[in-house]
Amino acid sequence: MTAATPPSAHIIPLDGILVVTLPPLLGDSDAEHLAEQVGERLVAEQAHAVLIDMAQMRMIDSHMGRVLNVMASMIRMLGAETMVAGLRPEVAMTMVELGMDLGGIRAALSVRHGLADLRARAGRSE
Amino acid sequence: MRPAARPIRTTVPVHGEESLAAAHRTVDEAGQALGYGLVDQTKLVTAASELVRNIVLYAGSGQMEVEELSRGGQSGLRLTFTDQGPGIPDVGRAMQDGYSTGKGMGLGLPGARRLVHEFSIDSAAGSGTRVTIVLWRR
Repeated sequence: MTAATPPSAHIIPLDGILVVTLPPLLGDSDAEHLAEQVGERLVAEQAHAVLIDMAQMRMIDSHMGRVLNVMASMIRMLGAETMVAGLRPEVAMTMVELGMDLGGIRAALSVRHGLADLRARAGRSE
Repeated sequence: MRPAARPIRTTVPVHGEESLAAAHRTVDEAGQALGYGLVDQTKLVTAASELVRNIVLYAGSGQMEVEELSRGGQSGLRLTFTDQGPGIPDVGRAMQDGYSTGKGMGLGLPGARRLVHEFSIDSAAGSGTRVTIVLWRR
């Protein structure tokens, strides 16, 4: 049915922070692999935080919400912190009405704000 | 305004996870053609995603119909999700937040209901499930 496979996530390490950029819609199999990829890169890069850029995401349903919550739990167990950034207002609104929350995951207005916050917190704890 | 000559009417077969992308695209295009605002558009696509995923998880296959409605000068879309799966023995319970048979978060049905203006469900053990949702353009 689909002509092209949906784009997958991009992961870029930046001074101890993994920046994960999610596409407008993440296919189920890519979503399932996301935590695995992020876990591997986190260990390889010795990162202390994962910043998930959601600015392109046009929809987060309960499945995607669960994927994010599971990934954040895994990241916490690896000793790192998760932050989501750039959630679109209409996506946030829909998540609230759906009854979904991202539990204890910290959020930032944009990637820029998130990076600043994570760097400041890392600076304080060292 | 869209010409009234060609009301939106289309059916998307659902036969597995790969049908989700087709369903998203169809609802997205229909919603844009109807002229929803960004929040309503996102709510309808998200509700459709929950309900298509329910078909995939619990019935394996089925279909989604998208139809344009007009009533009293209002226009909207009606989405009907039908499957011949095992059905829901206790619909009242399935409509409660957090009730899940273990495959999801338990938000699919009650969550989808909160995202739209009208919601109805017709199901019984052994006779498949039909869920109908309507979102009017405000």
